[in-house]
Amino acid sequence: MSDSAVTNQTAGGPPKVSKINEAVIRIAGNSQDGIQAIGGFLARLAGRSAQEVMTFMTIPSTISGGPSIFQVRLGSGEVLSPGDDADVLLAFYQHSYEDHIGSLKQGGIVLYDSDHVEPKPEWQPLYHHVGVPVSNLTIEAIGGTAKDKGKNLFALGLVTRIFDLDVVKLEGLFGERFGGKDASVLNNALAAFRAGYNHSLGEVLETFKFVDSQGKAGQQVVMNGNDAIAYGLIAAGVRFGAAYPITPWSDVMEILRRELPKYGGSFIQCEDEIAAISMANGASFAGRVAVTGSSGPGISLKMEALGWAVMAEVPLVVVNIQRGGPSTGLPTQVEQSDLNLACFGSHGDAPRVVIAPADVEDCFYTAIEAVNIARKYNVPVFLLSDQAIATRIEAFAEPKLEQLCQDITPDLSPVADYKPYDLSSPDGVTPRVVPGTPILSGRYPIAGGLEHDEFGHPSAAPKLHMQMTAKRRKKLQALAATLPTPKVYGPPEGNLLLVGWGSTQGPIREAVDRARAAGDSVSALHIKYLNPLPPGLENIFSGFKSVRVVELNDEGLYGYGQLAGLLRARYCDPKIRGINKTDGLTWKVKEILEHARADMATGLQRK
Amino acid sequence: MTAPVTEPVAPKANLVLTPPGTERKPLTKKEIAADHPTWCPGCGDFSVLALYFKMIERRKLWQEKFTTISGIGCSSRFPYFVQAYGAHYIHGRSLPFASGISLSRPDLHVFVFGGDGDLFSIGGNHFTHTARKNIKLTCVAMDNWVYGLTKKQTSPTSPLGFKSKTDVWGAVDYPINPMKQAISAGATFVARTTSTNPNHLLQMMEAAMDHDGFSFIECLSECVEFYEGAFDAANPRKGGAFNLIPADHDVTNEVAAYKLADQPFPGSFGIFYKATKPTKNAREAGISAAAVEKAKGLKDWQILQKTFTAMK
Repeated sequence: MSDSAVTNQTAGGPPKVSKINEAVIRIAGNSQDGIQAIGGFLARLAGRSAQEVMTFMTIPSTISGGPSIFQVRLGSGEVLSPGDDADVLLAFYQHSYEDHIGSLKQGGIVLYDSDHVEPKPEWQPLYHHVGVPVSNLTIEAIGGTAKDKGKNLFALGLVTRIFDLDVVKLEGLFGERFGGKDASVLNNALAAFRAGYNHSLGEVLETFKFVDSQGKAGQQVVMNGNDAIAYGLIAAGVRFGAAYPITPWSDVMEILRRELPKYGGSFIQCEDEIAAISMANGASFAGRVAVTGSSGPGISLKMEALGWAVMAEVPLVVVNIQRGGPSTGLPTQVEQSDLNLACFGSHGDAPRVVIAPADVEDCFYTAIEAVNIARKYNVPVFLLSDQAIATRIEAFAEPKLEQLCQDITPDLSPVADYKPYDLSSPDGVTPRVVPGTPILSGRYPIAGGLEHDEFGHPSAAPKLHMQMTAKRRKKLQALAATLPTPKVYGPPEGNLLLVGWGSTQGPIREAVDRARAAGDSVSALHIKYLNPLPPGLENIFSGFKSVRVVELNDEGLYGYGQLAGLLRARYCDPKIRGINKTDGLTWKVKEILEHARADMATGLQRK
Repeated sequence: MTAPVTEPVAPKANLVLTPPGTERKPLTKKEIAADHPTWCPGCGDFSVLALYFKMIERRKLWQEKFTTISGIGCSSRFPYFVQAYGAHYIHGRSLPFASGISLSRPDLHVFVFGGDGDLFSIGGNHFTHTARKNIKLTCVAMDNWVYGLTKKQTSPTSPLGFKSKTDVWGAVDYPINPMKQAISAGATFVARTTSTNPNHLLQMMEAAMDHDGFSFIECLSECVEFYEGAFDAANPRKGGAFNLIPADHDVTNEVAAYKLADQPFPGSFGIFYKATKPTKNAREAGISAAAVEKAKGLKDWQILQKTFTAMK
């Protein structure tokens, strides 16, 4: 918590109230305790209160049970990361308490379930301990046979009291969440919540009140990155997709399976990953851009079929919600180690587009953009998200759906003649004519994986393979020419440029803010378009003494990660090096700063 | 948010297929034939292609009404020889690719041609699931009991003892029986024919095309180069016997069909099994129709707006 601007303390009287503009709350328990629900309610409350919010969660890869956390950072100002250290730790069990006390700021509040947690004497002086028999009080409040189910809402009541959150809005959210069910469900939820809210917090020395938000104009929607991708694809006009379940991709397919029928479409669960991309290729071939998606292992399986879409010049969107690898790896943890796979996976020279969204809002718009690039260039497009954005909840300005939603139904009216692989097009782009369209010349296109002539018929003529290879490459070069040069975050010149991609944009920017506040000469650059790269990066790099690419992947054999490898290959610039980690967790701001300082003693010299 | 990408523009004009008042003629063989087939002289596949043309002509299928799909193999070169929309997909995956067309474009007939290796070895999993889902399309397995394109390796239908380059001492793996495979996987139309009996082949293709569901034909199609004489026992002109299925066979009886499939070579020819079951296409369309009905005429953006409003 920052800014204890206003304090009211009455000795011996009610607890003091401090004004704050942000708070980090970490809730630690087991995966079946409903702690994600607490986080979800807090996030939606923030969205409705024009606050910024970012969440972070870990879930075990077991079917049920196992330690799980949900961290939520609420702020009246800009929130760029889920926060390094918590102001409040809510611990349901001894393991929650012991494993997560280290993530609490010194002097922070640990709120624990005294029915399950035995506080350690050595930690008592360091953190403010507040024990509440959460389990028993929940059973008392709800009664009946619910056991301690509902203790998450009791705990939410405690948090609500400590942070003086808006009770009316929260209870409204419960009504929306539980209202459709048996009335007792809502009543129990309210009973547990109110019991927590009304519980005496006599031992708490301090409660907090958020300063008014900077007042974001308009309404906010609250969702996670996987929601945003699914709805972005729907807004883009995608009406068909196919996939196979895999964590953390499955949410996207579940949403599309449930939602697409409302729009006259369908999403098919396939027997395997190869069938899924093949079905999507078939639907795209048949006219409308289709989507498939997966996470690491599934993406590996799809690679041959992806090459077909490159060769046949069929538009396709492939979503990859990255997780730790290789092989089955870390199914529920984050890594950015599929970039090489996305850019280069599949045999042969197979140019495709790779874009990575930076946050939840960006997931929505990038999904639309991916569809439109695929349509315009008739090329597969990778949407490279990751487990961290997939599961984190953010609030963002409600999109203007009436303007954004597109109809991409193919036009089947007759054409005079058609060459699907016309070599006369200077940028390599040939508009598509799809099955069902009469072609009056009587010459019909064949889409194939064999190298082909301009009509799609097989040919291994040396010159033709060169021309067609160039055609497929030129499309991406044409796209690259239209891409905006990314803007530097901070001054365009200095000692150190931190380069990032994907979900790490927020913590990298926060690291820049902190470093600059301490007088360091640091800026950041976020690269969204990874293949092809946007123009003008070399000019940006030339303004800095050092360039460090911050990635959640291994430093590699030569001291830099996957994006750094691409940039070094492209710009031949030895000052590009990596800041990497592979612990399966998102970057903490302080980790980026520590790595940067340790890695290059000269890079962070004071001005 | 980034700038919207401009719409692709296809070269369209006000064109008509047939002048008003004239009846559209069926496609002729000349119009429907594309590249000259790359198959070896004497290959059984020529006959399948010729009868496909004949069916297209007889059934007045114009190019905007169907697609021809294949995977990899000798027989999978098929779409290149048809002057119509088609796709030559990757090895073994023609069925899911064709399913994507079938499920998203109910206006198109989808025909899949493949060999025994493509459909039953690398594509075996897809065969099972496409059949069980009862996806509306016609799949013709041009079974030659050998890998021809790669020049004589053992295929999943090669009989025990067949000498190939990968089993110089004779095949040791028990072969797959495509008919049993199709019946047990849940295919709703299962027929068997041979390229040496054109009338029967045409009859089976037309019946398969008319079937509302996953229709499967095993068509014996001899590889004269690498497995000459494999099907002589089913060819009266080579001293064999072409036996139609017994007149009293009940095509709705799955067990009876399975028993027919168990007959030793050359076995019987005709429709072994035919069932009327809702297709995946119909089920998905039904789910969608119900959901669209519930949306009460809202525009797409308004449906999405409702979802977003619930996420505030």
